[in-house]
Amino acid sequence: MQKAAILNASDVSKFYKEFCALDGVTLEIRQGEIASIIGPNGAGKTTLINVLTGLLRPTAGKVYFKGQDISGIGPQKITKLGLARSFQLLHIFPEFTALEFVKIAIISRQGKGIHLFSSIDKDKEVKEESEEILHMFGLYEKRDVLSKNLPQGDKKLLDIASALALHPEIILLDEPTSGVSTSEKNRIMEILLSASERTGIKSIVLVEHDMDIVFSFSHRIIAIHHGKVLADSTPAELEKNDEVVCTVMGQKECFKTFSSLLSGSREGSKRK
Amino acid sequence: MAFKAQLTGKIMFGIVVGVILFLFPKIASQHFSLVMLGFFASAIAVLGFNLLFGYTGLLSIGHSLFFAVGAYTVAFSMRSSIFSMELILLITLLVSGLIAALVGAICVRYTDIHFSILTFAFAMLLYSFIVKFYYVTGGDDGLRVLMPHLLGFNHSAVPKMQFLMETYYYYALIVACLATWAMWRIVTSYFGLSLKAIRDNPVKAEYLGINISRYRWFAFIISGMYTALGGALLVPVIGHVDPTLSHWFQSGQFILMTVLGGFTYFLGPILGSLVFTYLQDTLMSVFQYWRFFFGALLAFVVIVAPGGIMGGIDSLQKKKKGGV
Repeated sequence: MQKAAILNASDVSKFYKEFCALDGVTLEIRQGEIASIIGPNGAGKTTLINVLTGLLRPTAGKVYFKGQDISGIGPQKITKLGLARSFQLLHIFPEFTALEFVKIAIISRQGKGIHLFSSIDKDKEVKEESEEILHMFGLYEKRDVLSKNLPQGDKKLLDIASALALHPEIILLDEPTSGVSTSEKNRIMEILLSASERTGIKSIVLVEHDMDIVFSFSHRIIAIHHGKVLADSTPAELEKNDEVVCTVMGQKECFKTFSSLLSGSREGSKRK
Repeated sequence: MAFKAQLTGKIMFGIVVGVILFLFPKIASQHFSLVMLGFFASAIAVLGFNLLFGYTGLLSIGHSLFFAVGAYTVAFSMRSSIFSMELILLITLLVSGLIAALVGAICVRYTDIHFSILTFAFAMLLYSFIVKFYYVTGGDDGLRVLMPHLLGFNHSAVPKMQFLMETYYYYALIVACLATWAMWRIVTSYFGLSLKAIRDNPVKAEYLGINISRYRWFAFIISGMYTALGGALLVPVIGHVDPTLSHWFQSGQFILMTVLGGFTYFLGPILGSLVFTYLQDTLMSVFQYWRFFFGALLAFVVIVAPGGIMGGIDSLQKKKKGGV
């Protein structure tokens, strides 16, 4: 039985002047699933995320979150509705310590940001919750380090940790493991999955280049090429579809992945 | 332990500064005490300016607008026979808050250079208004400001100098301390942290659910009110108001004070305005081209010590610790 859709895009197109970045994309993200969006560079993945999170208004079509039209309503309102995201390129507050980074998310969630004279340092509740989240992400020891001085992987984790601190229903992760060493990739994925579970996130949308990660962690894979949905299926089905896989990953990657598939190197699949 | 030692150090520093400020009119010359009054006023003004610049990341080149609004509110209030300084300050906060809300609603829709130019434009608009509407504003000549009543006492029988040294000095000192304390509360509050988040990364801040334009607007209003408060506090000292208060040159001075002291530090702007006020006073009396010196000073600070005086002190302390 299929669960109810939480986020839908219906016939969404996005043009940048003449250039068509998204061409009639229809998809839905259901409750309780991890869905990955894959595609070669320039396929429109980030544009899709930006449209899905209300940053960009689609040229045509509509985006619905829990049945409500959210096309282009802007990041702030969408966050309040229960949708969070992390970024492909680093988005951090360089002058914030790791602790402050998580605190600001909690404060915003609780609607306390506007309190003019209430000292943050005296708020034990916010402090405890922030520390708990940092614990989950393995950043507790570094809570007083300025985020600009953290290693790349930790910066990525902090970005995700602050998004999770908002207690969203759905989170969109735009290449959470890009720019991070291979050994760190799995660590980041595992941390963020267990943290999502603990914070009660219903669905995760993952944009990812690393096919090992995509195939090991997703319930469903949506392949995009030239702004169109090329395939929308389970990893097992997609693996059988050579044509799509080759288009999406390019010839070189395709060969690499298939040879590893054949040799069965991904037997230790972490799929849940 | 280190934290406790640091805290006691801070308290000691506060007490020493407090005692010096309290005794200043008794030990220093009358002239220097008068300059001190100018410092109190500009310190409040730049505290407001830096809430927008250092904490929110918006550079206003038009804060002279609020300085002038504060100053002219005092002049107009006295014309309407309102002499109670407390009431005048209250009116100043209301009027400047209202004007900041209107101007800010337009300006905060933009950032970077667009924001700066807009604030500049509004300040110069007020400047032309003050110059042209002679019958209301006194034009270039400005308006005379009398001695206000403090806490209900009429001081008109006392000579002006005596009033300034013995009464007004302490009044201004207390207002400045209260304003500084309130600003400290603001920048260490939830609101202050939200402003810093907006400054550091507006896109990420928005994705954390922070309504960035509304917060910028609130910061603009508070900032404008502070600068107006500074302007209002200054005019009983100089005894008159004139259009130069709203000229962009005044805004430039706020910027220079803030950069000089170090805009990334809470106390930076205050220290900057202290150094600036005394330097200006000394230089003006010995050197005709004192503005040339300030131009050079600004260039020097930006190139050699971008952290300002506070940044310099900070790195010296760090060096000392590292050396041991």
